Amino acid sequence: MIIRANTKIEGGAGLPPPPEAMMASRPTGLAPKVEVSRLNFFYGAQQALFDVSLKIPDRRVTALIGPSGCGKSTFLRTLNRMYEAVRHARAEGELLLDGENILDMDVVQLRRRVGMVFQKSNPFPKSIFDNVAYGLRVNHRMGKGELADAVEKSLRRAALWEEVKDVLHGPAWALSGGQQQRLCIARALAVNPEVLLLDEPCSALDPIATAKIEDLLFTLKDNCTIVIVTHNMQQAARVAEYTGFFLLGKLVEFDQTEVIFTRPSVKETEDYITGRFG
Amino acid sequence: MSRAFHLYRKGVNVVMFSLAGLCAFTTVSVLFYILGFLVWKGAGAINWDFFTQLPKPVGEAGGGMANAIVGSFKLVVLATAIGVPVGFVTGVYLAEFGGRRYPALIRYIADLLNGVPSIVIGIFAYALVVVPMRRFSTLAGGLALSLMIIPVTIRTTEQFLRAVPDSLREAALALGASKWRMVATVVIPASLHAVLTGTLLGVARVAGETAPLLFTSFNNRFWSTGWDQPTASLPVMIFTYAIAPYEDWHRQAWAAGLVLLMAMLALNVTAHRILSMKMARRSGR
Repeated sequence: MIIRANTKIEGGAGLPPPPEAMMASRPTGLAPKVEVSRLNFFYGAQQALFDVSLKIPDRRVTALIGPSGCGKSTFLRTLNRMYEAVRHARAEGELLLDGENILDMDVVQLRRRVGMVFQKSNPFPKSIFDNVAYGLRVNHRMGKGELADAVEKSLRRAALWEEVKDVLHGPAWALSGGQQQRLCIARALAVNPEVLLLDEPCSALDPIATAKIEDLLFTLKDNCTIVIVTHNMQQAARVAEYTGFFLLGKLVEFDQTEVIFTRPSVKETEDYITGRFG
Repeated sequence: MSRAFHLYRKGVNVVMFSLAGLCAFTTVSVLFYILGFLVWKGAGAINWDFFTQLPKPVGEAGGGMANAIVGSFKLVVLATAIGVPVGFVTGVYLAEFGGRRYPALIRYIADLLNGVPSIVIGIFAYALVVVPMRRFSTLAGGLALSLMIIPVTIRTTEQFLRAVPDSLREAALALGASKWRMVATVVIPASLHAVLTGTLLGVARVAGETAPLLFTSFNNRFWSTGWDQPTASLPVMIFTYAIAPYEDWHRQAWAAGLVLLMAMLALNVTAHRILSMKMARRSGR
């Protein structure tokens, strides 16, 4: 929390305060945005996920934690079917996005609704403007002015506008690592996704850049359901209202973050959180 | 360690080092030797007439190779226009769209095509175009050269498309781009400079080919109009003039060699320029 306070001074201008106060007044029985039941996932003959069931609440931040290779990234990639690029990968079970089966949806439509930010920032070798505009150009026919407005709006939402507004047509690769990752977030936000998946978005960033992105998540969840995979348990505790703990392809426990971190009901969760195994 | 062994190792080191140095020196000096020889023998015959005049009749001194220069240019343009698109699209297919079995097969066949002796390519184009048309033509020569450009372009395209990191493909797909859209708007632009460079090197390579032209575009002592007439070209001119018994023709053959080599070097340098422009752009303007 100290780091967060620092960034407020450093550069998080214009961000509303973290809505912890608001959270208390919100009802707890939330409608699920994504409902997963009995999801089994295979890479060829090797099973990576076993009977995973959970409900991801609408417009909340949900964190997925667990040791490397536990299946949390695989799970994330089933939500927008990014696993399909991998040969012989297949998912079985029911994944519902607002009641619609994700596995039956048109994949292009699905990915317009479920955006993704990757572990390593991956801006296109194009200008900053063209990066953010990419999804808009792919998905909509837009006039020039409309496009420019949408790009500005997305960059503002990603808290990057002030830093890049003078170099919009400069190369995205000239940005720092943290800026590049926020650019990738802006790019994902431009198409107004209902769900935003983040796969360890801060693992290559320093604490200051990390704090900026965490601040950003707070402001985004008002319009967007966020699912973040993280190796950093403090990060899960800082940003997420809900946390799921994966181990060996199984969802061991899923609950409000506070419960997971203070009084987990399963021994493995407690062991992992307190660092007793690794 | 014994002293003898130490000396032995030192000796081996010296021998191997000298050997490597000698090989490197041989490689480099050959180019300069060729270049120097061409300049020495041919520079004297290069003048304004060489670029603007037609060959003079046998026995008359002077004249130039304007028709061969234009002919070579037309042949290369035609070969590029046919070979590069076909090779490029095939390379894109291999890198991005193929499953597992067919690409392996196509790649293998492309490698075989690359290994076909150029004279055989010439015979093939002869049978395919010259025989039915009943005459030698620029068309036949260009087609023969294009068959040599295709496998090079396929390999270059595939190789550089594969070098584009998968993270960029994922980013585009995750934004709702369809596969062909992702390839067209992200993968190809990201690798276009490199592909262009490799292709230019391939084009420069075939610009000097002689064998496929001997019985396709043949030769012509006059201007070749259109695409369906036999045409002169620099490599075939060199061949013809070099084996002729006239001193003046020998000089012109050397000059043609020099011009051809210079043109190929220029293409090479341009190709590398394009590549370094790309690097400069990446590191910020």
